[in-house]
Amino acid sequence: MATITRPGPTRQQVRPQRSPGRWIREHLVTFFGLLALIYLFVPIFVVVLFSFNRPTGRFNYTWVRFSLDAWSHPCDVSGLCDSLLISLKIGLLATIAATILGTLAAFALGRHRFQGRSVANLLIFLPMATPEVVAGSSLLTLFINIGVPLGQLTIFIAHVMFCVSFVIVTVKARLAGMDPRLEQAAMDLYANKTQTFLRVTLPLVFPGIVSAALLSFSLSFDDFIITNFNAGSTVTFPMFVWGAYQRALPVQVNVIGTGMLLVTLLLVGLARLLGTRRKQ
Amino acid sequence: MSVVAAASVAHQSPTDPAGSKAGKSTSMDGVPGRRLTPYFLLLPAFLALLVFYILPTLTLASTSLQTGSLEEGYSLTWRWATYGDVITQYWPQFRRSFVFAAVATVLALLIAYPLAYTIARKAGRYRNLMLALVVAPFFTSFLIRTLAWRQILADHGWAVQIFKATGLMQLTDWLGLTQGRVLATPIAVILGLTYNFLPFMTLPLYTSLEKIDPGLLQASDDLYANAWQGFWKITWPLSLPGVVGGTLLTFIPAAGDYVNQQFLGSTAETMTGNVIDSLALQQRNYPSAAALSLVLMVAIVVLVAIYVKRAGTDELV
Repeated sequence: MATITRPGPTRQQVRPQRSPGRWIREHLVTFFGLLALIYLFVPIFVVVLFSFNRPTGRFNYTWVRFSLDAWSHPCDVSGLCDSLLISLKIGLLATIAATILGTLAAFALGRHRFQGRSVANLLIFLPMATPEVVAGSSLLTLFINIGVPLGQLTIFIAHVMFCVSFVIVTVKARLAGMDPRLEQAAMDLYANKTQTFLRVTLPLVFPGIVSAALLSFSLSFDDFIITNFNAGSTVTFPMFVWGAYQRALPVQVNVIGTGMLLVTLLLVGLARLLGTRRKQ
Repeated sequence: MSVVAAASVAHQSPTDPAGSKAGKSTSMDGVPGRRLTPYFLLLPAFLALLVFYILPTLTLASTSLQTGSLEEGYSLTWRWATYGDVITQYWPQFRRSFVFAAVATVLALLIAYPLAYTIARKAGRYRNLMLALVVAPFFTSFLIRTLAWRQILADHGWAVQIFKATGLMQLTDWLGLTQGRVLATPIAVILGLTYNFLPFMTLPLYTSLEKIDPGLLQASDDLYANAWQGFWKITWPLSLPGVVGGTLLTFIPAAGDYVNQQFLGSTAETMTGNVIDSLALQQRNYPSAAALSLVLMVAIVVLVAIYVKRAGTDELV
């Protein structure tokens, strides 16, 4: 994370005539970079703004007037909060399952050399490289062929499936970035394997496991395409939005969207706060 | 959000320092009981992937060769003609998926590169903040974000008014990109795809740009290379792993996506994803849906393989 410092004065003494061009180039890049950042926030601004709207029709597309109605009655729309609860439940369960399976596999791949390691790596890479429609339709054909009724169970299975690979990759990256000398030091100080694992390895890998879990939760919570293929009549939150787009789009959808943003920002802020506390 | 994964995927390399480190740091490999440990650790995830990834893919293949109807049920008759049928029947949608995804990928690269460069090189102490800002929009739901674009691009919305007022609309109309409106045109779909997969492009680019030793640029400067030469001879080649990773992470999901098309595009110009969805979920024509899914998958794999080979950085696959 070293900051880039250019030996400015000496450079300019050598070739002062190049400075204006460089200045424009450097600021041009920053200008386009900031423009891209603004582009990223345009729809977010709209989502937040329209969560305070009171539309006249069934669709929350045009601004009418400011209102806090949707914020004070987020569950007034039938089915919205039910779908939210289902998404939270499946997200939580899928995260737990995927994190356990993925962390174990990450330790195998990150800590051991064994026959078939490259095959295992390929097998983990493939689900991430599969387009969602293909993953969704293939799981659907499996469930239909073996006669599993579509519902929360099939959504759960599908979500664990696509989360596992991401967990493995995330935890493995953390393991790879770890200093092996720390474990060696523990062993030198007569810690046995279990102690080393519990007191040194696990605490060091833990942030990786946490970010993997958060990642799989958000993947699961936000997934639409794979879920749509395997949900049957179950309605998750993204599926509610999909249906709402066709029937009527209540302001509450924007409220939930804004709420999700706020919760994650709060979590990120909290994590940073805890991080700086720990450092002190 | 999967964005974080984009970054971690970009970190992966075939040499995988973890393995070699583990080999050096622990002498587990020699002990007979220990030799099985990795297999035990891997077993649950492996079984899950076997049953719910490999098996479904095989079922998909077998389903694509079945015939029958929803009422009478389907049976395996090895009817290969289904593949020919879906390709000829859905060729326009198929081609559209790849064209839209390719254009969106190029646009995303053009937008993300200065952004990633700014974060890696110019942001200084605001680097982490800017990274967080890149990811933050993606914590609202994917569908809600796309609906917001639908709202922005609506026929009477301010964006279209500006478009019309500045005469930009006449230009795009003349080019055949818009038809007096933005919504329900390829432009809108491509814009949505570009937007929704932008972090997948930005983060791998950032990780590879961040790794470049600034001393190299200084050296090129000392050797009287101008900024332009410095970029093309040093920064760009060294950022290629990020470019390849980012374009793959953008192109693959974009080619299969149909949410952007559904929300922003016209019903007359659907993509492969829409067709698979409708075949599988509305028409319940499972063999055709399966055949089209496999064709899409194979086409993507072939394209990706050619691309990675051309780019010369086969690190990712």
